[in-house]
Amino acid sequence: MSELAISLRGVVKRYGQITAVDGLDVSVPAGTCVGLLGPNGAGKSTTMRMLTGQSIADEGELEVLGFRMPGESKQARAQLGVTPQLDNLDVTLTVEQNLLVFTYLYRVPRRERKEAIERSLELARLEDRRDTRVDKLSGGMRRRLLIARSLVHRPRLVLLDEPTVGLDPQIRQELWALIDRLRSEGTTILMSTHYIEEAQRLADTVLIMSHGKAVAAGPPAQLVLEHAGSEVLEVYGAPSRLAEVEREAAAHGLSTRRTGTSVAVLGAGSVDGLEGERRPANLEDVFVLLTGEEIG
Amino acid sequence: MSAVTARPERLHRFERSALAGVLVREVVNFSSYWRSATFSSTVEPTIYLLAFGFGFGSLVAKVGGYDYVQFVGTGTVATAVLFSSAFPAMFGTFVKYQFQRTYDAILAAPVDTEELVTAEALWIATRAGVYGCVPMIVAMFFGLDPRWEMLVVPLVGWLAGFGWGCFGIMVAGFAKSIENFSYIVSAVLTPLFLVAGTFFPLDRLPRWAQVLGEVNPLHHCVQLVRDSAFGVLGWVDLLRVGALIVFGLAIWRLAIFAMQRKLID
Repeated sequence: MSELAISLRGVVKRYGQITAVDGLDVSVPAGTCVGLLGPNGAGKSTTMRMLTGQSIADEGELEVLGFRMPGESKQARAQLGVTPQLDNLDVTLTVEQNLLVFTYLYRVPRRERKEAIERSLELARLEDRRDTRVDKLSGGMRRRLLIARSLVHRPRLVLLDEPTVGLDPQIRQELWALIDRLRSEGTTILMSTHYIEEAQRLADTVLIMSHGKAVAAGPPAQLVLEHAGSEVLEVYGAPSRLAEVEREAAAHGLSTRRTGTSVAVLGAGSVDGLEGERRPANLEDVFVLLTGEEIG
Repeated sequence: MSAVTARPERLHRFERSALAGVLVREVVNFSSYWRSATFSSTVEPTIYLLAFGFGFGSLVAKVGGYDYVQFVGTGTVATAVLFSSAFPAMFGTFVKYQFQRTYDAILAAPVDTEELVTAEALWIATRAGVYGCVPMIVAMFFGLDPRWEMLVVPLVGWLAGFGWGCFGIMVAGFAKSIENFSYIVSAVLTPLFLVAGTFFPLDRLPRWAQVLGEVNPLHHCVQLVRDSAFGVLGWVDLLRVGALIVFGLAIWRLAIFAMQRKLID
């Protein structure tokens, strides 16, 4: 883990009055999976667009696979696979035709094209759907194809922008298996997500973003320990009782977060006088604590 | 930590493989919609040809020394070129950008906006060159004699189609919404379409209309097709080719500029 596949230093991107990315530093070591975790509007998608040269940073330095952006972005893109958040498959074409087009766009040599398509079909488990038009596929199949399409040229680095957004839980798990397979094969992955569980399961390192900044970075377990302690006390009660608990916790110098029906007191292992349910702290506690936002 | 060592290979500004990637996408997609595209690009000008040819043809037998049906038959080649370039370019570009987000996928691959726009325009030009010949072929059934010079017609259609294709891409690049297209169609394309010498010669019109005709690329396309089809090509036609080249190159750069602004922020 001595080489960086992605390096961002002090990157700023503004749209008029809005600063979408505000002094962001990101390091993605080659061969690892890094999760960009943040609420909607945290700047994850803008960051992804800057990595493909589709957004140009106002300040800071970006390097992708050793190429400086945006000047050398074309070289970087040749070795980069991108799965966009919004499905942009050609819906009137078949599964195989979609892959074929991308072998051309990604310059797969002629004699390797057939094999590349077969490999992608296998990866997406769509071998028996090769002649199906994309608009006849289920949502999960489309998403698998979208990921497989970004892999036809065996990229060294893959950007996954919200790979499972809007999908059923069981389809999400199917995709996790696919991403985990990539990871185990040594492909470097940068994945943006606002699903905590996704980041926790797949990412070696999680980078929590809020308002265009990285507010914390590290392996999920370490982030939890650092910011939320080992245990959380979940106190249920009427709204007035919850407000009281928040005051008591604050008096003890402890952080709290509200969920709809309870107050979670972080690092509450040692406080007397508070009754509730003890549970291990998790990444969601850290996320809410640091971004100040509830999970949607 | 050191950065992954980059391969020294430098990529060029215009690359064949980038153009090929975009073109292959268009060709493969074309296989799924060629029927409707061919229908609208050929049937419409043919209807114009028949309606004007026989409608006016019953009132005026000859125009500019030619049978009116043949006059219109050669003129509507330019109409077919316009209909199969400017319109699909305008709507196609907007749909691919806004609704299908195809261009997001293409620009994430090693293809730059400049290559994307160029490849799209080359593809549209090629289609326009082919579809443009349809009215002329129909006119042959009404007595237009085949000539070797007619082989120039697809090339003229290609050249004009490139310019009008770029025009459509440019409009889509500048347009905020698809409704903006109606302004362009009503205020630019319809007048140019009518003052192109397709249905009536321009030399009897008021001076201002003739001047407008000379700056109208569609008019040059009409004249080039007619001069080829009637075998009266002359030196002035070289100037017309020059005008179409200038038109194509200028709008090509503008189309790239417009799309760059739209696609890269």
